[in-house]
Amino acid sequence: MPDLRFGDAGPTDEERIAVDDVVADLGAVLVVEGERLVYAGRARTAERRHLLLPALHAIQRASGWISPGGLDYACRQLEVPPAEAYGVATFYHLFTHEVPTATDVVHVCDDVACRPVGALDLIDELRAAGHHVKASPCLGQCERGPAVLVQRTGGHDLTIAPGSVDGVAVAISGRTSSASVTLHQAGSPGLRLLARVGVVDPGSLDDYRANGGYRALDAALAMGPDRVIEEVTTAGLSGRGGAAFPTGAKWRGVADQQGRPRHLVCNADESEPGTFKDRVVMEGDPFSLVEAMTIAGIAIGAEQGWLYLRGEYPVAAHRLRSAIEQARVAGLLGDDVAGSGKRFDIDLRVGAGAYICGEETALFNSIEGFRGEPRNKPPFPTTHGLFGQPTAINNVETLVNVLPIMVDGGEAYRATGTERSPGTRLFCLSGRVANPGIYEHEFGITLRGVLEAAGGVIGADEPHAVLLGGAAGFFVRSGQLDLPLTLEDTRAAGVSLGSGVVMVFGEEDDMVDTVRRVAEFFRDESCGQCVPCRVGTIRQEEVLVRLRDGATLDAERDLLDDLAAVMGDASICGLGQMASGAVRSALDLGLLEGSR
Amino acid sequence: MNDIPVSTPRRLVELTIDGGTVRVPEGSTILDACRQEGIDTPTLCWAENLTPVNVCRVCVVEVENSRVLVPSCSRAAEDGMVVATDSEKVRTSRKMVYELLASSVDLDRADAEVHAWMDHYGADPSRMGDRGDIATVAQRPKVQDDLYVRDYERCILCYKCVEACGEDAQHTFAIAAAGRGFDAHISTEFDVTLPDSACVYCGNCIGVCPTGALVFKTEHDMREEGSWDEEAQSVTTTVCTFCGVGCNLELHVQEEQIVKVTSPTDHSVTNGHLCIKGRFGWQHAQS
Ligand SMILES: Cc1cc2nc3c(=O)[nH]c(=O)nc-3n(C[C@H](O)[C@H](O)[C@H](O)COP(=O)(O)O)c2cc1C
Ligand code: SF4
Ligand code: SF4
Ligand code: FES
Ligand code: FES
Repeated sequence: MPDLRFGDAGPTDEERIAVDDVVADLGAVLVVEGERLVYAGRARTAERRHLLLPALHAIQRASGWISPGGLDYACRQLEVPPAEAYGVATFYHLFTHEVPTATDVVHVCDDVACRPVGALDLIDELRAAGHHVKASPCLGQCERGPAVLVQRTGGHDLTIAPGSVDGVAVAISGRTSSASVTLHQAGSPGLRLLARVGVVDPGSLDDYRANGGYRALDAALAMGPDRVIEEVTTAGLSGRGGAAFPTGAKWRGVADQQGRPRHLVCNADESEPGTFKDRVVMEGDPFSLVEAMTIAGIAIGAEQGWLYLRGEYPVAAHRLRSAIEQARVAGLLGDDVAGSGKRFDIDLRVGAGAYICGEETALFNSIEGFRGEPRNKPPFPTTHGLFGQPTAINNVETLVNVLPIMVDGGEAYRATGTERSPGTRLFCLSGRVANPGIYEHEFGITLRGVLEAAGGVIGADEPHAVLLGGAAGFFVRSGQLDLPLTLEDTRAAGVSLGSGVVMVFGEEDDMVDTVRRVAEFFRDESCGQCVPCRVGTIRQEEVLVRLRDGATLDAERDLLDDLAAVMGDASICGLGQMASGAVRSALDLGLLEGSR
Repeated sequence: MNDIPVSTPRRLVELTIDGGTVRVPEGSTILDACRQEGIDTPTLCWAENLTPVNVCRVCVVEVENSRVLVPSCSRAAEDGMVVATDSEKVRTSRKMVYELLASSVDLDRADAEVHAWMDHYGADPSRMGDRGDIATVAQRPKVQDDLYVRDYERCILCYKCVEACGEDAQHTFAIAAAGRGFDAHISTEFDVTLPDSACVYCGNCIGVCPTGALVFKTEHDMREEGSWDEEAQSVTTTVCTFCGVGCNLELHVQEEQIVKVTSPTDHSVTNGHLCIKGRFGWQHAQS
């Protein structure tokens, strides 16, 4: 490192102690300083910089903002140039840069699922009650909106869903979040991924074991890494994070690398509007993810696992931290996993409000202490992932699928679902359905079947429109109700399952406003790195505002077409590439015409 | 030393660009290959003395079997690649990148080639809406000392200044990208003034800025009063005498006054980068 110049502002005592704790508590993390890797112009010394994000969290929690003194202190401890650290801090929604006016910041979701159920009124009411309120993108509680996250200074954050003025007051005084959701399918024999949710005590390793926990790890250790990867390949498991990449092939790719160390990363950033499936699994059955990560890590030859959790999930963070700790104490993580002689441990890293950090390479940058800007691919994570080292990254739902594959074998897994989409899938039902919530179905079920299982559409036989796959997905209408929700059928229909979002809208919902909110989401969440997305998303939003205010579609269609083209073809990452999909589908289905 | 490393000649890779066969040394980018063939390609964030950040996307080309367009400035040429540099897709994206930038940023002092390319692709930023009605980065210039002006309403966020200040040349890290999305901007920590930042006034950021967002105060003042006249300037090359490193200086002279100092990017010592003495020492000599 060159001689860095720091500022003059000193930290408060709380800030200094908070940052010192982060630096001292390196925990079980194994970071080997690799060769100087020049990546997009930035040389990376891994040694300490990866503590920047945790340090920023510590400062924010201690002081209610990222103060100049606190940031400067962290920069000195971690040898990070202050301008760069400021650039990182200003990247995240949950960090603030002005002197705080209140101890608690009340984030209220005003995103697509929460708007129709009173989010905007709730924002007004909470403001009138004297709270410092910020409107937020989807908080991952869409089945019980409007959702609220209370970000506290000097204490733990709280989730309140559905939110109300009274509910927020009660939660703050009692320092407790809302209870986790009920599972409508509880007790159903078809459940594999959700079988333990609501049944097992999420805080108890013993109870997890009593309910079949850690049988999969035993089986995997008996098989050895190669067989484990073979079974996952035979099972035909594909990624549930959006891109549906074959998991076995991904693991094989990393296992075959010569480079060391290798990493296993679990993507628990879950910020796609309408998505809450990973949260339900992590809150209801946290040990299952710890066990699945252990199996995956050992299979690919990684000694370090990283669990990157979105910052808006305080309950999941608490339960996962406890589960990791208990597993460590029981010898199921650490230097000798379950007596196998293999080392594997997990570090929990918490995001700070940035949808883009769910993109795999942005996630790596975020962990490494850089801005969550996606990297250009190639090279791919298999060879140049976290810290530039070979990395397998998987979604939460993808990983927990490995447990039944280990216990029952790949062939048995493959026998469920369809030929090209084996297994089950989690669906996130929200909006105008009788029983919103999370559902597990075998692949092959139609959209109609999914809606019926959730009690059907409220007040109508058929939905007015369904947002399928999230904001990065597409709208569909009643003509597509018999579409089987498999990878192959959705692909053929030009739509996608994305993260399993099925958000239902009725005649009473304002679709022009909904589509405009989707456009606002992408504008707000663009990392700002590349021109097509940074400027394209704001221009797209401006078009939708003009449409809302009475402009005619004919006047805007050419511009929308060209914006879709440049964002789709020339953006660096999936955010920009998908930013026009839902808008275009709404246009094609005539959802934007009825309004004016 | 007797074990001088002998570099083995680099293997050639063969690819097709716009129907013609091209052979370039392994490790070359598609852009290198295009240049070798005399295919003119626009760039904004690429510079030969900086590591590619591939963020502006104006250099994109179509590569067969790739779902999306690829940035030619950073993608390595591979055997068997089939590249199209002037397809409908490529033209639309390049034109749109210019329209998006020109609708949000003031480009009137950008390099002449920017305007030539905009004409070439028929870019018409006005179709994004009236300037007053759409989002732009309009703001007042930052004038915080006698040497630099930072006029960020001309900034296209090409990251060149950040690279020149940091890893690629100066290792000072005084400026970095801050904020996110359309609010992303180049900033010091907490937007402190340059004199309060780590800045050492090497001027390397100014040297690489393609749009006139970063300029010497002399140039800014002369432009504001209308006396800046590039036509009337002559450039003399000399070697800097402040220390023994031997940096090449290019003195830009207008009416017998030095108005700015640059260094050639292909110079083996500087790669185009200088320090405060070479860049601004003349101000003391002259006054
Ligand atoms: C903008 C953007 C956001 C994403 N967010 C998530 C996310 O929150 N969770 C996730 O698992 N994958 C997300 N992905 C997909 C990941 O990049 C990656 O494909 C995935 O984590 C791979 O895991 P899988 O193979 O198990 O699906 C996102 C992708 C993009 C482009
Ligand atoms: S597409 Fe958007 S989010 Fe992705 S790198 Fe470009 S600006 Fe960032
Ligand atoms: S100030 Fe100039 S060099 Fe820096 S990012 Fe902006 S346009 Fe590029
Ligand atoms: S929590 Fe409000 S839309 Fe998801
Ligand atoms: S010049 Fe290639 S992306 Fe900017």
